[in-house]
Amino acid sequence: MSGMANEAPAGDLRLVDLTKRFGIFTAVDELSLTVPQGSFFALLGASGCGKTTTLRMIAGLEEPTSGQVLLGDRDIARLRPYKRPVNTVFQSYALFPHLNIAENVAFGLRRRGIRRVEEQVHRMLALVQLDGYGRRRPAQLSGGQQQRVALARALINHPQVLLLDEPLGALDLKLRRQMQIELKRIQTEVGITFVHVTHDQEEAMTMADTVAVMNAGRIEQLGAPAELYEYPATAFVANFLGQSNLLAADAAGPAGSEVPVTAHGVRFSVPADRARADRGPVYLGVRPEKLHLVEAVDQVPAGHQHVEGVITDASYVGVSTQYLVRTGWGSELSAFTANSGVGGQHPVGAPVVAHWDPRHAFLLPREPGQDDRTTPLVDEPVGKPS
Amino acid sequence: MTALAQVSGGSGPARTPPPARPGRHRLLPYLLLLPGAAWLLVFFAVPLLQLAAASLYDPTGSLSTGYALTWAFGNYPEALQAYWPQFARSFGYAGAALVLALLMGYPLAYAIAQKAGRWKNLLLVCVVAPMFTSFLVRTLAWKTILSDNGALVGLLRDVHLLGPDGRLLATPVAVVLGLTYNFLPFLVLPLYASLERLDHRLLEAASDLYAGPLHAFRTVTLPLSMPGLIAGTLLFFIPATGDYINAELLGTPNEYMIGNVIDSAFLVRLDYPQGAALSFLLMAAILAVVFVYLRRAGTEEVL
Ligand SMILES: Nc1ncnc2c1ncn2[C@@H]1O[C@H](COP(=O)(O)OP(=O)(O)OP(=O)(O)O)[C@@H](O)[C@H]1O
Ligand SMILES: [Mg+2]
Repeated sequence: MSGMANEAPAGDLRLVDLTKRFGIFTAVDELSLTVPQGSFFALLGASGCGKTTTLRMIAGLEEPTSGQVLLGDRDIARLRPYKRPVNTVFQSYALFPHLNIAENVAFGLRRRGIRRVEEQVHRMLALVQLDGYGRRRPAQLSGGQQQRVALARALINHPQVLLLDEPLGALDLKLRRQMQIELKRIQTEVGITFVHVTHDQEEAMTMADTVAVMNAGRIEQLGAPAELYEYPATAFVANFLGQSNLLAADAAGPAGSEVPVTAHGVRFSVPADRARADRGPVYLGVRPEKLHLVEAVDQVPAGHQHVEGVITDASYVGVSTQYLVRTGWGSELSAFTANSGVGGQHPVGAPVVAHWDPRHAFLLPREPGQDDRTTPLVDEPVGKPS
Repeated sequence: MTALAQVSGGSGPARTPPPARPGRHRLLPYLLLLPGAAWLLVFFAVPLLQLAAASLYDPTGSLSTGYALTWAFGNYPEALQAYWPQFARSFGYAGAALVLALLMGYPLAYAIAQKAGRWKNLLLVCVVAPMFTSFLVRTLAWKTILSDNGALVGLLRDVHLLGPDGRLLATPVAVVLGLTYNFLPFLVLPLYASLERLDHRLLEAASDLYAGPLHAFRTVTLPLSMPGLIAGTLLFFIPATGDYINAELLGTPNEYMIGNVIDSAFLVRLDYPQGAALSFLLMAAILAVVFVYLRRAGTEEVL
């Protein structure tokens, strides 16, 4: 009983057709994925898409409506939570208010019959930069400090799988980066499988070996961070992970190694190996930082494709300037140009030519009738009337 | 910027908050205390002083001859010597009733607070409902329930838990059952209040950290319900110890508690000095028990 965390057979964490319904609402919908042992897996998705529910099913706090949770060869889906070699850093911290910080952190160790816990607790608190806080009560800590206690309380058990539900959400940027590095270091050192839920796409991309983007209870795409970013599979992923300019276009099948498309009466083409769809309604996608701005068409490099437009907004954000370019057909493209000192600034109202290398573009399937989709600039007020 | 400065400058005097009236603010809490304090003074402190004086009256006096305050401290050891069995019984019965009430009340409070869902309010009303009838009527009802030819005694005799002539009424069991029943709501309500606030996510966290249900109860639920448990225990134990109705109606003079003795000292024997001395002894004993209990129960959460 006490040594269960070590006795369990090692192996990958596999979810097979995992489904959770609350009444008629399906929170997690036939989710299947494999997290290799010892890897860092990030689950990314909008609020309410079922991330926490998925973690709770892995931890045993929620019983799946159907499907399996496999750890190695063992189906643990019906095992009580306290029998699973899995620990959770809860989104709501769930620290024990009647125990001091040291006792909170020692809780799992004590339960497994380990007597001498002081040294381990001390090391753990040092790791999350809370040495000296051991005697305080949770209510006497700030939100970010409580979050780190929650982290220490789970990590100290060295579980086979550690589930982290937005474990760094309440930390300021600097501390968050530090903790990210610490987490990554611990993960590589101890070889624990991490399943990390986050809203922060940068966090997911810098830390994880594999990123899964979830939407409405399903996995939209799963893969290495660069793969997801450079070649997204769906319009949702293209806009959830970073920003994308998606132009509504129509394709009529591949021609050689290219897929020609028509968007708003203009012809473009995309390499065939960058096309998720090559027939019917498609989106032609280009990332804002892959759009380059020049003043005249004759400045566009050979092999690049371009659209003409007018600058409608320019926001200077230090490392780059983010422009909005209104095209002839009325939609706005965003373009980021690095402030590298090469090339001048473009004033608002100036006519420009936005061009890109077709090898950086991609084609995605599109529902018929859907128009261009461009994500708003980050500094634009949310909920601005359009 | 200048415009702003001008505007705020122009309306400066008008904008400053009205001068504070510190005297009024500092007095306010005391004013709020006044009604309660006056009530306590008139109806608690003054009678208490009177009672203290009465406990030191000359024991040879009587209502007809009049009493003299002779600082007769001997009243105390005398009263204790005469009635220590009733004292011991009071604490024994109240303690036994408390144990029974805890065994029933904790699961009840837990179930209502954590599992009852939308039945919560209805169940709470059920717990309090007996209080809508008078204490006396409720206890008399128990007299019927426990009576020798009642169904309960019949059943217990049939299953041989009671001998053929065994009875419940007029035994210590009846008094303890009566006390348990009559004071149960005082235990359940504070317990419920504490358990209701218990965040079930803490139990999830405990089970995630390898604690089975029993261990989670011991390390999380129980400590977090401690304030309610302590308050409920005191609210149960204190009136139960001083009670005399249950012993009077469900017991015999062999089951009499100290409350019965005080009752008869004041109302039957008219021995005011002894009644007052016994009252003070009871108060002191309860205070001592409560003090020790609070010290041992870890009062950090309560005080
Ligand atoms: N116990 C429940 N009963 C009914 N619906 C629930 C329950 N728990 C979660 N849901 C619903 O399931 C969906 C997924 O919830 P979940 O907590 O998994 O979201 P999430 O992806 O973790 O969101 P967030 O990023 O905001 O934490 C939500 O729409 C939520 O309203
Ligand atoms: Mg969540």
